[in-house]
Amino acid sequence: MNGMLVLPVAIPLITATLALLFRKSSVLQRWFGILGMAALLGSVMILFRDVYTDGIQVLQLGTWAAPFGITLVADMLTMLMLGISAIMGVVIGIYSLYDIDKERERFGYYPLLHILIMGVNGSFLTGDIFNLYVWFEVMLIASFILLALGNSKNQLQGALKYVFINLFSSLIFLFGVAMLYGMTGTLNMADLAVRLPMVENTGLVTTTAMLFMVSFGIKAAVFPLFFWLPASYHTPPVAISAIFGGLLTKVGVYALIRVFTLLFTQDSTHNEYLHTILLWVGGFTMVIGVLGAASHMEFRKILSFHIVSQIGYMIMGLAFNTAMGIMGAIFYVLHNILAKSNLFLISGIAQRLLGTFELKKMGGLYKHYPFLAVLFLISAFALAGFPPLSGFWAKLSLVKAGLSIEQYVITGVAILVGLLTLFSMTKIWLSAFWGTVPEETPEHFGKIPLFGAGKLYILMIPVMIIAGLIIAVGLYAQPLLELCMTAAEQLLDPSVYIEAVLGPQ
Amino acid sequence: MKSLILHTATRLMIGVLVLFSLFLFFRGHDEPGGGFIGGLVGAGAFTLYAIAFGTEASRKVLRVHPITLIAIGLLSLVVSGLIPMFVAEPFLTGKWLFIEWGAFDTKLSTPLLFDIGVYLCVVGFIVTVIFSLEEE
Repeated sequence: MNGMLVLPVAIPLITATLALLFRKSSVLQRWFGILGMAALLGSVMILFRDVYTDGIQVLQLGTWAAPFGITLVADMLTMLMLGISAIMGVVIGIYSLYDIDKERERFGYYPLLHILIMGVNGSFLTGDIFNLYVWFEVMLIASFILLALGNSKNQLQGALKYVFINLFSSLIFLFGVAMLYGMTGTLNMADLAVRLPMVENTGLVTTTAMLFMVSFGIKAAVFPLFFWLPASYHTPPVAISAIFGGLLTKVGVYALIRVFTLLFTQDSTHNEYLHTILLWVGGFTMVIGVLGAASHMEFRKILSFHIVSQIGYMIMGLAFNTAMGIMGAIFYVLHNILAKSNLFLISGIAQRLLGTFELKKMGGLYKHYPFLAVLFLISAFALAGFPPLSGFWAKLSLVKAGLSIEQYVITGVAILVGLLTLFSMTKIWLSAFWGTVPEETPEHFGKIPLFGAGKLYILMIPVMIIAGLIIAVGLYAQPLLELCMTAAEQLLDPSVYIEAVLGPQ
Repeated sequence: MKSLILHTATRLMIGVLVLFSLFLFFRGHDEPGGGFIGGLVGAGAFTLYAIAFGTEASRKVLRVHPITLIAIGLLSLVVSGLIPMFVAEPFLTGKWLFIEWGAFDTKLSTPLLFDIGVYLCVVGFIVTVIFSLEEE
């Protein structure tokens, strides 16, 4: 029992409530925002120490024993995800200080941001499949309003697609949960892991597994269910796109990893094709995403298609179903959240300087803002997998995992997609950074400094923090790789998880 | 809406509705009722008032801004969950305090505080929605 386990959910809720209570004062809301995120990061660090030294931590909410009450469980995967979510919370909190206008603040931007983080953290922590559904809904409602805040036409267009497809996915999720409950009579994930292999109708278990794959696949934006993502993620303010693009789709990936290592394994489904399907899905997601990115000329649209492509790598790692593969997938998730959100944040600064996201109308950033260009290069190279940045280790471990189980074709595809990723990053670099300064550039271009008057430094601080993390992870990858390995080993041996939740069997 | 019948009836009804909503609320722990249904009836009272006399008048009668109600409601939800943590018990564990006055005993508990939170959230939410729709 670890009472602290509730804090990553409770702190954002308290912050959101206070921000709602003092919604008239923008100064107080901002302070609550920063302090709340910092407190969240602190609580996650303390929890991390507990999980690192003592193994999986469990909390039975309301003292209702598992499998009857709701259980919160923190294993290493949960902690890594919570850590990255708290870091993202802090940097987005800082970025929002400048990026979010008064109008959005007045309509409750800060409370919603905290509710969103609460939903994300709740999804990572919960050990109950129906509770996971509830957290998904919390996240969906907050993200829908964040996406639609501002009421511009293309925002509403994007938001509608987003909300309909996500509600549909929740519906499928709910069907899946109902079928699980019908087969086993329990919703606690550890208890499900014990009982599912005993279900005689393995066909039904496989069907349920497919329902979960489709539902989480929609949330994670995998092929062929990704089309809603590039249609909506480029419409809201940059701070919101960054947290959506970085964090939200990865919750889907997290759910896939959790469900397909704990519940739907070879033991419970007796279906050897389960991971083959995942492998195909991963491969197509990588290729289609990167091709989509190659065909676009809008900064944030390119980045949105890249989210899809990168999700493919994570699914591939999961599909390998070996410790190495899952470790690679987890490391990839962490690295990708950093690199991807940083690129979104940089796109926002470029847009403030040049007044547009259209690559054809951009240019000259390298000449006037070389430091910004360096930061872009770091994130873009990390995304493409250049040594010695974080992406290199992520891709290396996945490729190694692929080769060690002789999946040559998909490994080759992964490497090829890496090259194509570099191609679209070069496209951005060539037009926005190297290109000549376009004629209809705003007056202030080249004149306002990144640091100093104009307060652009508020936008630069988060970008520098993340770029620093990318370099640190790249140069000093061993500790993080080891943590991911611990997480993968815990995932592949569910008996530890089950024992932590249900007690000794 | 200008209607003598509605105006008179509303004036008579609103007190009864609020009282009934509180009755439903306090009955909630052991018998049918509780924060949610109580909140719905309470919100119904203010909605009726808004239909009869307009949203401005109803806002005045409510005194507190509905969104503040939601915020206070959420806060009491969290606090009711956090209280057991001070005595090293898991979040949301029910804690009870029995006070014996002799004539009638009182039971205070964290579930009660939780239910107050639900009540306030429901009233705040419904009233916000109805007022916004009425004012469109």
